[in-house]
Amino acid sequence: MKTKTNNTADTLILLALRLITYAIVLVIGYILFDIVKNGASALNWQFVSSFPRRSGAAGGIFPAIVGTLYLVVGTIAVSLPLGIGGAIYLAEYADQGRFNTTIRLAIVTLAGVPSIVFGLFGLGIFVLFCGFGPSILAGSLTLACMVLPTIIVASEESLRAVPKGFRDASLALGATKWEMIRTNILPYSLSGMITGSILGIGRAAGETAPILLTVAAFFLPRLPKSIFDQVMALPYHLYILATQHPEADRIRPMQYGTALILLLLVLGLSLGAILIRTHFRKKFRW
Amino acid sequence: MSRSRKQHITDKAMRLLLVGAASASVLIVCLIFLFLFKEAGPFALKPGLGKLMDSQWIPVSFQEEHFGVGPLLSGSALVTALAMLVTVPISVLVAIYIAEIARPGEREFLKPFIEILASIPSVVLGFFGLLVVAPIVKTFFGLSTGLTALTGALLLSLMAIPTIISLSEDALVSVPYALKNASLALGASHLQTIFRVTLPAALPGIVAAVMLGIGRVIGETMAVLMVTGNSAILTASPLASVRTMTATIAAEMGEVPFGSVHYQALFWIGIILLVITFFLNIIAQRVLKKYGMMK
Repeated sequence: MKTKTNNTADTLILLALRLITYAIVLVIGYILFDIVKNGASALNWQFVSSFPRRSGAAGGIFPAIVGTLYLVVGTIAVSLPLGIGGAIYLAEYADQGRFNTTIRLAIVTLAGVPSIVFGLFGLGIFVLFCGFGPSILAGSLTLACMVLPTIIVASEESLRAVPKGFRDASLALGATKWEMIRTNILPYSLSGMITGSILGIGRAAGETAPILLTVAAFFLPRLPKSIFDQVMALPYHLYILATQHPEADRIRPMQYGTALILLLLVLGLSLGAILIRTHFRKKFRW
Repeated sequence: MSRSRKQHITDKAMRLLLVGAASASVLIVCLIFLFLFKEAGPFALKPGLGKLMDSQWIPVSFQEEHFGVGPLLSGSALVTALAMLVTVPISVLVAIYIAEIARPGEREFLKPFIEILASIPSVVLGFFGLLVVAPIVKTFFGLSTGLTALTGALLLSLMAIPTIISLSEDALVSVPYALKNASLALGASHLQTIFRVTLPAALPGIVAAVMLGIGRVIGETMAVLMVTGNSAILTASPLASVRTMTATIAAEMGEVPFGSVHYQALFWIGIILLVITFFLNIIAQRVLKKYGMMK
């Protein structure tokens, strides 16, 4: 039998837990509200479609948007095949041997490496050693290394969700292992792998520290001609406008506008991925 | 049943290709260590690693440069400790609420909403910190500037909260029903069961979550660079301006001549960061594995 005082105390504790949880919700809501409200007033077509003037104090952020998109595409091009390939190996081929343990250890380690250390690594290997210089190529490769663990984990999860019967049926009909994967596994898991990966890549799009050392140019009012060119990028642009710019206090709308566009891009990628995933989850059900 | 030669070759080739892709992560980890040491290396010969033990970080000077990582390490430690002090209790309590108390519909809303916080770019959070959090800290404590260790810690806490909540929640959910039911059957209330049975049983998972959170916080760059004020001094005051290891690399790497002593010193800071996060990660994984909490 519970006593009455016990019940009152329980109710109070429950209330406190609920309050803390919704306080966090409120804080997140306020951050989004602040950026959206102040950013929206700075947004107009000219802001997103024109080149910056007076080192970013006026004009638009078009090259920074394009630069970030190039980096995202470059990162996807490098990391998606590597990550998905790695995940297929781990889910379909690997046994519990030493090689497998080593790969898993490497993935965990990679996932924990600070982003600025990826920046140093990219600077050392891609910019200097490979001689790419600060460029889209060097930046994309650096970001690709950074998102690789996320892609592998997401893809492996999606592969493991395909029922074992699909594999057995295919092998029993005489398919080789690869034929089995190609015809009976990939069609059902590819959508999940890609959407899971986009979630990771969206995060890379908002990263500043790695591109700080490998790509970013602050004021470059032209578009890149090749993958060996430097580009402007939204996160770096925001960092400079907010902290390094001589007129930082007077160009708040420019800063909020940039922050909002970056936020929309990153959240948009994530939201898109989540919607696609829900769609496919409904489609494939077993 | 016979497979054609072509089928056989394709199968072998694909296997090889996939092994290659899987090996990429091992290769990248090795290359990270290799290149960090390659760039940092010469510092060990001249001026010698002892220089890193200096008590000051004054990398550019007309008299004598100082490359003591102490003030930077203490800056990182202070900000991280403060951030964890705020983050851990909040995250664990919220995780308890989501895992054990919230109704299913509520959970469906809370989990993805808190996830949003994890996907806000750190530079955007830093910007928010600069314009909103720093002024609050400034007026609340009556300081001349709001750019303090505390401000950085509050922002880092925002970044660590989603990670720790989600991992702690996993740990709480993975506690077997039999344990909870046994406690309820003995007459314990819902809350007694949560705090005396479920929480202790999930503790190893929560400890691992906190360690991974520390790893993330210590490696965070942009937010601390933007709001901690960046003076490289040894202090334990939350209201002082500090400079972390990550912020130092980000702020100074753009201006150093490649290959200079200062450049190499920055790579040593990178190595220290890498080693710290590496061990935090390994220990967290060990804890998870030992208590059978690996996914």
